[in-house]
Amino acid sequence: MSELRFTEDHEWLRSEADGSVTVGITAFAQNALGDVVYVQLPELQHYEQGAEASTVESVKAASGVYMPLTGEVLEVNQQLAENPELVNEDPLGAGWFFRFQPADADAVAKLLDQDAYDRLIKANADA
Amino acid sequence: MSEVQLHKTPLHALHLELGARMVPFAGYDMPVQYPLGVLKEHQHTRAQAGLFDVSHMGQIRLSGSAAAQALETLVPVDIIDLPVGMQRYAMFTNDAGGILDDLMVANLGNDELLLVVNAACKEQDLAHLRQHLEGQCEIQPLFTERALLALQGPAAVTVLARLTPEVASMTFMQFRAVKLLGLDCYVSRSGYTGEDGYEISVPAEGAELLARRLLQEPEVQAIGLGARDSLRLEAGLCLYGHDMDSTTTPIEASLLWAISKVRRADGERAGGFPGAEQIFAQQHQGVARKRVGLLPQERTPVREGAEIVDASGKVVGKVCSGGFGPTLGAPLAMGYVDLAHTALDTPLNAVVRGKNVPLKVSKMPFVAPRYYRG
Repeated sequence: MSELRFTEDHEWLRSEADGSVTVGITAFAQNALGDVVYVQLPELQHYEQGAEASTVESVKAASGVYMPLTGEVLEVNQQLAENPELVNEDPLGAGWFFRFQPADADAVAKLLDQDAYDRLIKANADA
Repeated sequence: MSEVQLHKTPLHALHLELGARMVPFAGYDMPVQYPLGVLKEHQHTRAQAGLFDVSHMGQIRLSGSAAAQALETLVPVDIIDLPVGMQRYAMFTNDAGGILDDLMVANLGNDELLLVVNAACKEQDLAHLRQHLEGQCEIQPLFTERALLALQGPAAVTVLARLTPEVASMTFMQFRAVKLLGLDCYVSRSGYTGEDGYEISVPAEGAELLARRLLQEPEVQAIGLGARDSLRLEAGLCLYGHDMDSTTTPIEASLLWAISKVRRADGERAGGFPGAEQIFAQQHQGVARKRVGLLPQERTPVREGAEIVDASGKVVGKVCSGGFGPTLGAPLAMGYVDLAHTALDTPLNAVVRGKNVPLKVSKMPFVAPRYYRG
């Protein structure tokens, strides 16, 4: 399994063997959101980086999930339609959101690595 | 960090110790959830018993032989004939018939009434009482003297009866002065979750002792404001400032049931409260919009502020409260809707992120209440 990359919006990305990239939200994000009750998944289409591709609704509020890189969504996690709690229970595994084909194959490696993301979380916590 | 200094309830340190996530609410630093999380806290309350800190709410004592008569000039509710040892739901109205706040009124006996008002409105309510009732009765705010705990859920009776058996025989809306752990408490069999349970007014200095004792009981879990909101929403209960305010009347808010028969247009003590004419006129002629229950027909939660449209896309209302109901297992909402669209099962749509989510006008409460009526 390839190492994870992260965005400042608390999404994680994992490069798959076929060049596609799986996206979810981090443990920090799901903890901040609280119990997830609904996930509006993206359409199987092209999204620009930063576009609101998905929405996650917790018991408290709705939050946008943004397209981490420009690309084409290939698959969504249908399990979340019936079991949105997977986002809380296993955010880095069964709680994945979608898989997409990035327009720029090298862009993923330029995102935050685990150390940089951990520093970001720590900075947030200390703020 | 916020510049505003938030108030703390007497249980603030306990909330932190329990690992609560704190948020500002009505000027107080309050627990929105504990480590258990909103969903499980909600379910625990419906299954066993939840302990809520509602000490941010305002308690005010009115005393004097004319106190009940005086209070009746501000609320459309029968206070004069409120029996000793009973509590009743009421609201302060303004001259237009709008709701200034909703409250609970209990008759303590000895010409004393205890009022419980909303946190965000308590200073304004106190000023309102002083402005209109000064000289007619004594008005004593207990904002810092007394804390308020709610113990809610089917096991609440078993738990509280361990401290004093006499509370078990109380029925819904009964009110009694009791000693709990030697503390002079007022206990009412009521709450805001739709469950059986109690609200306990306790001297501020004894609140933590009592809360810790209750939390030691195996059935009891601390519950935050997040679950309090989803519980009251399933019970179809209004949250002031969201589901009603000074621009909505009791008729529009579907709270006609709370206007006592003797205070209505054909009652023995008709009117005599602010906005009576407007409220009676609305009761007689009807209103343009009303609060109704709304059930989204998809899993998408529909939240406060969402516009409600009819089949042609015309805006016919607005959602005032909405979210996910853990016991219902589905999203639910309340909204103000033009009268033509308020019949049960009327299909409507809420606009969520630019898309229509189909809704049906639904009866309330969404989850059957389990008040103990003896």
